[in-house]
Amino acid sequence: MNFNNPVLFKELKLRFRSFKGFNGILFFLLAMCIFVFGYIFLTVNISGTSYFRPSQSFVLFAFLSYIQLGLVLFTAPGLTAGSISSEREKQTLPILLTTSQSSFQIISGKMLSSVAFLLLLIVAGLPVYSLVFLFGGISPWSFVKVFFFLFVTLLAIGSIGVMFSTLIRRTIVSMIVTYGTMLFLSVVTGFLFIIVIQMKAFNQMGTVITTPSYLGQFLASINPAVLFATFLSPDMGYGISELTKVDFPIWAGYLIFYGLLTVGALFIAVKRLRVNMKRLK
Amino acid sequence: MIEIKGLTKKYGQFTALDNLNLTLNEGTVFGFVGANGAGKSTTFLIISTLLQPTSGEVFINGVSVREKPSEIRKLIGYMPDFFGVYDQLKAEEYLDFYGASYGIPEEERKKLIPQLLELVNLSHKRDSYVDLLSRGMKQRLCLARSLIHDPKVLILDEPASGLDPRARVEMRDILKTLKGMGKTILISSHILPELAEMCDEIGVIDNGKLIAHGSVAEIQKKLQGEKVITVRLLDRVDETIAFFEEQPYVSSIEKLDGGDGISFMYRGTEEEQLGMLKEAMLADMPIVSFMEHVTNLEDVFMEITKGAEA
Repeated sequence: MNFNNPVLFKELKLRFRSFKGFNGILFFLLAMCIFVFGYIFLTVNISGTSYFRPSQSFVLFAFLSYIQLGLVLFTAPGLTAGSISSEREKQTLPILLTTSQSSFQIISGKMLSSVAFLLLLIVAGLPVYSLVFLFGGISPWSFVKVFFFLFVTLLAIGSIGVMFSTLIRRTIVSMIVTYGTMLFLSVVTGFLFIIVIQMKAFNQMGTVITTPSYLGQFLASINPAVLFATFLSPDMGYGISELTKVDFPIWAGYLIFYGLLTVGALFIAVKRLRVNMKRLK
Repeated sequence: MIEIKGLTKKYGQFTALDNLNLTLNEGTVFGFVGANGAGKSTTFLIISTLLQPTSGEVFINGVSVREKPSEIRKLIGYMPDFFGVYDQLKAEEYLDFYGASYGIPEEERKKLIPQLLELVNLSHKRDSYVDLLSRGMKQRLCLARSLIHDPKVLILDEPASGLDPRARVEMRDILKTLKGMGKTILISSHILPELAEMCDEIGVIDNGKLIAHGSVAEIQKKLQGEKVITVRLLDRVDETIAFFEEQPYVSSIEKLDGGDGISFMYRGTEEEQLGMLKEAMLADMPIVSFMEHVTNLEDVFMEITKGAEA
């Protein structure tokens, strides 16, 4: 990445010049605090004990992880799907495209500025998040895994947003398509996974299922909710392998798919940002 | 310096630009004249690497726009006809951002930006937010922006459009300064007399075709074969019309709106024109004034494009 990126610096400057950026962080942290302290307060009071059990700490960790995942899934499209199309709508894009900046610099600047803001939200929430460590029950490794894959998801959804923003002229259409893609990846794939497994079980009713379901494994591997479930409950990962008869870690499939998706989306965005002058049209 | 060869741009069946050929030397100020949709902006977009041509080539300093667009971007400064600015960015920061976008080192930018703001008379607005500037100021700031990397060629698409008379004069003065700096400037405008004042060459484009190209004087000369003569009369308008209808080289006689005279087209030489006037005086026509219209660029444009349409 080129860190001497004018678009990145300009975007970051503009984002924090308005109160919108600060308000976003403030309300996110307030919501996190209310949730965490509310949960601890209620658990301690309802159970009538004056302590917080490690198993309860784990539930809190699971909830917080899904909240962070939801934050990434629902905020990343909003932050990135207008990155190029809004420049086009504001009529600032032609000027930007006649500068010496490479298409990669412009796209990476737009992408990183949005990712950086979301990353800031996540990092700002870390002190609240880390409260779960106070009561035990969570390994730091689980914590690192969750954060790493949150980052992978963030990059992928962000790249998809930037790609659609480059390909589609209007921001509103780009937003709809990006949110649609995100919902497909996070919700529809889950349903499809259940359908595929059920159909397989139905077809082989009465017999022991031995043939592998690669499609089922693939659908499970690209669903962020399933991935997080396997982190929070390793038994879930074994269960899915039992169902699909494919012995390939969900996290590896997820990493490969979203890695390729990120690279592919950014490649298309970079290629399509400017017209290809060599090709006559 | 700039060589355009057979440049064509088609959108389906519609031809926006039709086999445009043009050669401009270094330091030339070229005025591109044409009605809306004639093909001016299309030409500028292709030269600025923002639009693919259907066929043809453009070379700037021998560098092909199609083969090396990134090289071309360093050579040109482009100012579009419509452009937006970023909200919450100060004038100085606006120029700094584009300076950085052209890879100009920070130290150099710090020296350059005050000079550019001075050039476009915006030094007092350096800390003002760009979106709060007036239209004229934004135009001037955009011009400063297009100069930040010291390009050899400036492509200015309707730089004076939407400006009030004062802002137009200010813009024209800045362009004169740039002409003095030896920049090759391509400028389009609807305000033709403004172009005449500062352009070395004019190109008239209509329906995607370059229908006239040359110096302002050369283009005006093209119309000298036919001129409009207005004759103001004390009375006896119909009698005078009858007199001029009998004269050779006279056509399209019309009464003036006020009814106190006539106008007609005349194709004769100056000697024949003098003879006709003498004859009119001898015939005791009640002529108060006999006036030949000075053909301005608007007339030239209207006449040339009328011919092209036919």
